[in-house]
Amino acid sequence: MGSFENDLNLEATELRLGLPGTEESEKGNGFRSSNKRPLSDSEAKQDGVEEKGPKAAPSPKAQIVGWPPVRSYRKNSLQQKKADPEAASGIYVKVSMDGAPYLRKIDIKAYKGYPELLRALENMFKFTAGEYSEREGYKGSDYAPAYEDKEGDLMLVGDVPWEMFIASCKKLRIMKGSEAIGLGCGL
Amino acid sequence: MSEEDGDHHSSEATSTNSLSGSHPPDQVLETVLESVLQFLTCRRDRNAASLVCRSWHRAEAFTRSELFIGNCYSVSPARAFARFSKVRSIYIKGRPRFADFNLMPHNWGAHFRPWVSAMARAYPWLEKVYLKRISLTNDDLALLADSFHQFKELELVFCEGFGTRGLSKVAYNCRQLRVLDLSDTEVTDDNVDWISCFPEDETCLESLVFDCMENDINFDALERLVARSPLLKKLRLNRYASMRQLYQLLLRAPQLTHLGTGSFGLIENIQNLDDNQECNYYYSAFAACTSLVCLSGFKDVMPVYLPSIHPVCANLTSLNFSYTNINPQQFRSVIVHCHKLQTLWILDSVCDEGLQAASETCKDLRELRVFPVDADEDIEGPVSEVGLQAISEGCRKLQSILYFCQRMTNEAVIAMSRNCPDLLVFRLCIMGRRQPDSVTGKPMDEGFGAIVKNCQKLTRLAVSGLLTDKAFWYIGQYGKLVRTLSVAFAGDSDMGLRYVLEGCPRLQKLEIRDSPFGDAALHAGAHRYYNMRFLWMSSCRVSRQGCEEIARSMPRLVVELVRYDGEEGSFMEGDSNSFTVLYAYRSLEPPRNDAPESVTIL
Repeated sequence: MGSFENDLNLEATELRLGLPGTEESEKGNGFRSSNKRPLSDSEAKQDGVEEKGPKAAPSPKAQIVGWPPVRSYRKNSLQQKKADPEAASGIYVKVSMDGAPYLRKIDIKAYKGYPELLRALENMFKFTAGEYSEREGYKGSDYAPAYEDKEGDLMLVGDVPWEMFIASCKKLRIMKGSEAIGLGCGL
Repeated sequence: MSEEDGDHHSSEATSTNSLSGSHPPDQVLETVLESVLQFLTCRRDRNAASLVCRSWHRAEAFTRSELFIGNCYSVSPARAFARFSKVRSIYIKGRPRFADFNLMPHNWGAHFRPWVSAMARAYPWLEKVYLKRISLTNDDLALLADSFHQFKELELVFCEGFGTRGLSKVAYNCRQLRVLDLSDTEVTDDNVDWISCFPEDETCLESLVFDCMENDINFDALERLVARSPLLKKLRLNRYASMRQLYQLLLRAPQLTHLGTGSFGLIENIQNLDDNQECNYYYSAFAACTSLVCLSGFKDVMPVYLPSIHPVCANLTSLNFSYTNINPQQFRSVIVHCHKLQTLWILDSVCDEGLQAASETCKDLRELRVFPVDADEDIEGPVSEVGLQAISEGCRKLQSILYFCQRMTNEAVIAMSRNCPDLLVFRLCIMGRRQPDSVTGKPMDEGFGAIVKNCQKLTRLAVSGLLTDKAFWYIGQYGKLVRTLSVAFAGDSDMGLRYVLEGCPRLQKLEIRDSPFGDAALHAGAHRYYNMRFLWMSSCRVSRQGCEEIARSMPRLVVELVRYDGEEGSFMEGDSNSFTVLYAYRSLEPPRNDAPESVTIL
């Protein structure tokens, strides 16, 4: 995109409220001088896009209100499902929660580690897992995430290294905390 | 002149009065005329008929049973109902479309109350109400349910403001209800079990659509309702419907033609059911639905269950996967069976590959919509010019397309203009603002130019990407049938807008955002605004003065200036000369008095 800046005469397309031909003063007729306006943000960011400089993790182009034009119902519906497009190779396991009427299924390969997985489970079933420690399991919560491995043993989620977990997990179960005592000692 | 303007211009046209007096032959003539006009259904034909002379005007008004109000503020209920006394169905549209994208305050207006109150008095025999982008309350629904004893059809699209309490009134009181359709409409949870409020005996229900409702429903009551609704053809469940519930409903209603599957992924907590077994059950349930032609839902889809819809694919004419995040392989396995498909809505997660698969099978495709999983500007997108080209080559009968993408080329757009000359609707959204042709780096002028030139039936166009005034010159030059034009982040100067306003005689709805069009262009279009439904300009270069001048010179044009900060979701403070949105529309009435403080009416 670099060489086009000059040809495009960005100044001419610079967006602002004001009669055409007025000087570029912030206080032109009809131009509101506040940095809250999405308009000013986009002007600032236009330059940022061309740079693609070595800024680590550059902040995304300021989200302009209403752009792209996708209604918020649709956007919200899809928020939850940023699934891996290669999910054909995913590992789907059933997830149940004691007392909840419905099962879900998730692709455990879609997560990079325990923290992400736990967050996803918490969101899906609307609970908090509490603090995990190897000795004491999940403290500070009514629920503890557990899983059944290939041998049929019930284990606490987090007890084994992540890669081992992915390879051996057959199904997930979010148990009532009281029942989860004693799990994890199997190791 | 469209009919919602009432007598505005037609009174000037009807000067002939050679049939004055009440000779019997004239009475006969008028009666004959009324009998003939009964058969005229198309509203544009009716408008034309009403302009012939006073007698025809009267007869037409007397026989019009479907009233279409394209802008609820263009005419008052009193005026409309005074002219048309025998209305049985009414369509009302409220907010302008760009309001969907957070550019207007939620309390902007478009209330149902004045309409329903007037209708209750004027049309006690009313059968059908269709509302789009209108705010209505529980009380409004209660009034509707109480006032119209023959009420049959309620369709609410993109509406909000009411809850399950209002719905329960409709369910309970409207004993002849055939259609209850809440597409894309927000319904608040008043903790009322509205499904249980339907009458206990057999119902007349033909269509029940609540797929966007974000609250749980009483499934047992729904199952019983479906069981006692033998005429039910359309059923669209919301995402809280599980696989098993869907299965049970399918068993009850194999006669369905339109089905919204709900989650298609929520599974009962029954520990020992095997995936394959389950799939077989669902497969047989679908196999029994031999009339199914339209499928939607799949809002939390478990891809492993997709094969269960294979039995119905061969008959499908419409498939909505636009909430369904599946990959190209999963999509292909479904689409290869859909030979008769005419309408397809999908997510870009299917990638160019998926579009290719669709183009190979769906030779009868008329409408395609490709929505983005990630409505973001800065990412690599999964669909591109490759997918568009494939579709254009495979689906020659295409009439309508909405395509979100991150990259596009003029070549692909030109190819589509040549391969799909029957296009009526072309909406391309290149999500990166002002993005040029991704191969040549040139503006997208030529692509859109080819569309307006080669697709001579085109009535609706939405442009995007890097566009100079040239693109607008093309539109003005060739887009002679264009009625709706959407523009964002495009153009160089006032000339762009002028080309369109001066060149497109059929333009009705013009919505522009963030483009460098100012007062000069605004004034250049003055001769058009009385012939348009509305003009929307947000974050452009028009000034308050310019708007005031237009408002002064055009007394029947309502010019609204809105100050709204979409990010903050609030009324913008600041100097009163500034505004974000100019929304101007013709009206027979004085300016409305229900506007919130963020709206100034000039």
